[in-house]
Amino acid sequence: MNDAQIPVLDVEHVSVSFGSRAVLDDVSFSVRRGEFTGLIGSNGVGKTTLLRAILGLQRLDRGTIRVLGAPRAARSAAIGYVPQKVVLDPDVPLRARDFVALGLDAQRWGLARRTSQQRARVEEIMGSVDALRFADSRIGSLSGGEQQRVLIAHALVSEPALLVLDEPLANLDPKSVQEIVTLLHRVSSERDVAIVLSAHEMNALLPVMDRIVYLTNGRAASGTTDEVVRSDVLSALYGQHVDVLKLHGRVLVVTEPGQDEPGISQHSNLTVD
Amino acid sequence: MHVLFEPGFFSSGPVHVALAVGGVSALVCAVVGVFTVMRGQSFAGHALSDVATTGGSGAFYFGASPLVGFLSAGVMGAGAMELIGVERLRGRDVATGVVLGFATGLSALFLYLDSTKSAVTGVSQQVLFGSIFSLDPSTIPLVSALSALTLLVVVVIYRPLLLSSVSPDLAAARGVRVRLVGLLFMLSLAVAVGLSSIAIGSILSTALLIGPAATALRVTKNLRAAMALAASWGVLATWLGVMCAYDSYYWLRPNPGLPVSFFIVGLIFVGYLGAGLPARRRPSSTASSLQLESASA
Repeated sequence: MNDAQIPVLDVEHVSVSFGSRAVLDDVSFSVRRGEFTGLIGSNGVGKTTLLRAILGLQRLDRGTIRVLGAPRAARSAAIGYVPQKVVLDPDVPLRARDFVALGLDAQRWGLARRTSQQRARVEEIMGSVDALRFADSRIGSLSGGEQQRVLIAHALVSEPALLVLDEPLANLDPKSVQEIVTLLHRVSSERDVAIVLSAHEMNALLPVMDRIVYLTNGRAASGTTDEVVRSDVLSALYGQHVDVLKLHGRVLVVTEPGQDEPGISQHSNLTVD
Repeated sequence: MHVLFEPGFFSSGPVHVALAVGGVSALVCAVVGVFTVMRGQSFAGHALSDVATTGGSGAFYFGASPLVGFLSAGVMGAGAMELIGVERLRGRDVATGVVLGFATGLSALFLYLDSTKSAVTGVSQQVLFGSIFSLDPSTIPLVSALSALTLLVVVVIYRPLLLSSVSPDLAAARGVRVRLVGLLFMLSLAVAVGLSSIAIGSILSTALLIGPAATALRVTKNLRAAMALAASWGVLATWLGVMCAYDSYYWLRPNPGLPVSFFIVGLIFVGYLGAGLPARRRPSSTASSLQLESASA
């Protein structure tokens, strides 16, 4: 097996519980180089826990997680991370480009002396996420969509093989959602970076996802969208009958009344679109 | 020259000590203060100043140097706060409050005991509001060494501290030991507060810590520029304060001069207000995002 065939991310039989509550129950999937993977599920199904486990910030009760074939015991620069809801104080005295540069080596001790090569890399990465026009503004003064671009540049500047984003589309207006999705898709293919992105709403991601990991009640189904987003597969996952409706190129997952867990976010599509 | 510097200013021994200790303390406070403001830990700084009060008043009772008292109590307080305030961000506020209440109670006890034990008057005044003109010249080497050490620690943890100040999550994911970095910073903060307590008194020490830093952050959006500006302004305000206090002895003759701390804190306050004025008139920093919105509309 040569390097290109080693999965960038290999999640095998992972279980995590908080006290007596099983948050992740035997979750398995793998991601290959340059693939775009959507981790889909409603709020509270364990998406953030799974991402934290991938990052090495969450201990596993069972199972293994490998990044580029290596066990995820030590954290490495192989993963770029965009956390959920980063609150950037407007008064933080950091320009967007300073913050991106921190992505190069923030874990190291001592002051940074930037080489011209590093500055060029920061410039290049900010250009590729279309963030140069506000590179000299304070990060806290930027809009949500702009901050998202800066966070993505920060995560990418160390040239990781895997980019992990926790709900990057939440709290963005529909236009920014579209822009960020397009941007991530482009970056993923241009730089051969695998992307794992969590979201509670899959429709904006349908055109770009190579793979979907659908998470509910701690269990996951993974595959292409056509393999997973089907009535029989999701019914088995939910343990109850689930209808999958496809309307105008969009997908609607409908559960029985009373089972509001997946229903709420999907319902809002009906009214919004 | 006589308008600014009353006779003997440059030849006075206590003035030399005051300028040296005050200047070095202001420098450390400014650098640590910028991070303190950025991390939203001003309250922790204030709490540590109360803990330092306990140490200072206690040291006086046991016949030790107030500097030793300020520092040891501050370092212990910082460690305790970091240990109690585990995991949750909200927990830290509560832990700080608990330590604070107890420390203030102890201060009350020691200050009472101090006043009954010795015939020396003004212990409370000295501990709480400082007595920079009555410092022993032998404190200069200790103050300098501690300052150098603290600045060195801040330089060493600079990058991890910066990232974990912006987002602890991001820092942890990159392998930064967020709690270790946080603890090292709290210890630096404790030393800065101790030095500030020597200069302007424990109760006022937050002013020197937070004031110049907050002023600089109003003026510049560049972190290193903010540190340089805060340090320059902190040192300048301290020296001007020392000068005014020295001069006030001549202005008000035959009445006694006014306390140094008042002048330093007053200058810092005026500087902070002054830095806010141009910011009001400056076009809002959200101009770029406004343009975007109008472009998309």
